[in-house]
Amino acid sequence: MQDRNHLARVNTTHQVHIIENGLIDIPMLQILKPDGTLHNEAREPELNEDTARKIYDTMEYIRVLDERMIGAQRQGRISFYLASTGEEAAAVASAAALSEHDMIMSQYREQGALAYRGYTTSQFMNQMFSNEKDPNKGRQMPIHYGDKPLNFMTISSPLGTQIPQAAGYAYGQKMAGNEAITICYFGEGAASEGDFHAGLNMAAVLNCPVIFFCRNNGYAISTPADEQFAGDGIASRGLGYGIKTIRVDGNDPLAVFAATQQARKIALEEQCPVLIEAMTYRLAAHSTSDDPTGYRSREEEDKWRAKDPIQRMAKWLQQKGWFDEKANKQLIEESRQAVLAALKEAEKVPVNPIDDIVSDVYSDVPWHLEEQLNNLKQHIRKYPGEYPKTSGRVK
Amino acid sequence: MAKMNLLQAINSALITVMEQDQRVMVFGEDVGHFGGVFRATSNLQEKFGRARCFNTPLTEQGIIGFANGLASQGSVPVAEIQFGDYIFPAFDQIVNETAKFRYRSGGQFSCGTLTIRTPYGGGIAGGLYHSQSPEAFFAHCPGLKIVVPRNPYQAKGLLLASIRDDNPVLFMEPKRLYRASVSEVPEEDYELELGKADLVQEGKDITLLGWGAQIEILQKAADMALDDGVSCEIIDLRSIMPWDAHTVAESVMKTGRLLINHEAPQTGGFASEIAATIQDKCFLYLEAPIARVCGLDTPYPLAHEKEYMPDQFKTYEAIKRTLKY
Ligand SMILES: Cc1ncc(C[n+]2csc(CCOP(=O)(O)OP(=O)(O)O)c2C)c(N)n1
Repeated sequence: MQDRNHLARVNTTHQVHIIENGLIDIPMLQILKPDGTLHNEAREPELNEDTARKIYDTMEYIRVLDERMIGAQRQGRISFYLASTGEEAAAVASAAALSEHDMIMSQYREQGALAYRGYTTSQFMNQMFSNEKDPNKGRQMPIHYGDKPLNFMTISSPLGTQIPQAAGYAYGQKMAGNEAITICYFGEGAASEGDFHAGLNMAAVLNCPVIFFCRNNGYAISTPADEQFAGDGIASRGLGYGIKTIRVDGNDPLAVFAATQQARKIALEEQCPVLIEAMTYRLAAHSTSDDPTGYRSREEEDKWRAKDPIQRMAKWLQQKGWFDEKANKQLIEESRQAVLAALKEAEKVPVNPIDDIVSDVYSDVPWHLEEQLNNLKQHIRKYPGEYPKTSGRVK
Repeated sequence: MAKMNLLQAINSALITVMEQDQRVMVFGEDVGHFGGVFRATSNLQEKFGRARCFNTPLTEQGIIGFANGLASQGSVPVAEIQFGDYIFPAFDQIVNETAKFRYRSGGQFSCGTLTIRTPYGGGIAGGLYHSQSPEAFFAHCPGLKIVVPRNPYQAKGLLLASIRDDNPVLFMEPKRLYRASVSEVPEEDYELELGKADLVQEGKDITLLGWGAQIEILQKAADMALDDGVSCEIIDLRSIMPWDAHTVAESVMKTGRLLINHEAPQTGGFASEIAATIQDKCFLYLEAPIARVCGLDTPYPLAHEKEYMPDQFKTYEAIKRTLKY
């Protein structure tokens, strides 16, 4: 039988022995150089032309989407938006390394993962415009996507709550004997929440096939990473919980892909959690409600602009002979047109009928909600001008 | 006197008390250099240094646990929870610890110096997780005071009183009013008494009771009712706990009718507690059942926010129903 005494594995020392943080030296996986060539000892992950192009095109698409939606927010057409500029590789290249059966639990800056899975421009728009075609039925703010057919869990605003949930979901997958894992994205800020610690510990002890994917992008709103944690980032915590851990250059799509591919293999074959810390930078504002000029410098941003994951991958694709400058320009232009067209379309779709205000609170509508709905309808009939979004459909 | 909006009034209160009392420390997510996501703590770090005004890691549980320790040591923490909706990760620390510290130690230790500030409420297109009014959860918990200002003047005076009160106070700021309007606020120190309701408008036919941003709604509804010749008395409760049952009962004995309005869902909302108490104290004076105009018993929706809100039209209709009863 296995020795369950936790002291059995402990070495002894006879001097006061202090382990300093610097002694745990976690290296960062990097495959691509900024010029698109490979680092000397780096091995290219197995990536065929189609997948490589799909990763690249999705990153380009997300950048266009982000740009346009920030514009739409400024014009007052949507209330809120949150861009992933500079971090596209983290979400897209990791999603590319998964199976479509794997569950994605996202924080909110991973639209790239959703797009990679095939979420359409119209689907993005319907959620953001809270219209009748939004699967969340117009209940959540923009960017809180969720899509069951694509195995993308609906986003919840309270940070970190999906981390222990991911452990539980993965445990369920394992018990059901599914050939699938769960990936859970979060920021380095969210990794301070109690839920992070609870989630990692549960996953480690219960051997859950889950990838915890931390985008360490340097900021949580205005709080820089050095006011978020002391010590060696988020990766060192994985080790503390007994979780296999990888640190990766989050602006290197090939490295992210390779790390996630490996992590998935481990999670599935060994039925255990893996933590990935992707080192990246939030080039965009936190959200459209934020103004980063109040807390960081242009120079700092420019340094990271030079490490743009999209350009880095473009250079690599060029060297492979998989890149056509003209076709790429055209693709970007087409994305712009498609986003604009879908935006105009979604804007015209009405919101859900008022009955949806009480549905999905419970599996059925209990009497008191029924009563509240009826009172509300009566009220709207009396003041149709005050509730223009719904009164037309309350007969 | 100076013209201030609600955020500036809060900022002014914090500066006032931090200048006076070295023990006051202000912290929370993004609270330091940036001044908080709403900028209520602007300039505090510059004025008082990073040791007294600082960013915390992103952990509400940690923020309040830390604040509990600080308060029990005798420092004066003013902790910010970025949105009332995100107070729930700290629920255990607040409900089981902050609130019970004094009681469980026989009065030897307490968190009496702690003030928790948090924006609450809807009407800002915030959807499920940026619109909640969690006061009733905390009103159910003995040991906490709960205070809600309705304008800049109230905000400064009540916040100063909250920080200096010997009990932990949950200070809930109506975020939809943060920048909505400016009013005259004294630049100097002043306090408004906790636990005391404010008579906003005198009237004789019905008492309208609310707090925070809903007072505006009550005023609009009262104006509509006035056109029908109905005279409304309006009371701002200001403190949810302890609440001023005396002032409310006195008013109801005069008007014979009571309407309570709050944004939180109706079931188990604080209006239920008020209604039960007032019918106990004023049973023979009541000429109609006590009316409640509240949020629906659903999470706070986005697209249907306008429909969800207990607005002036719903309030006006309830006034008419109560008078016709
Ligand atoms: C429990 C909770 N507290 C506070 C917030 C408000 N909030 C939203 S995003 C954010 C910063 C998150 O930073 P990070 O996790 O590093 O992700 P990033 O935005 O950098 O991608 C904060 C404080 C929240 N959504 N949930």
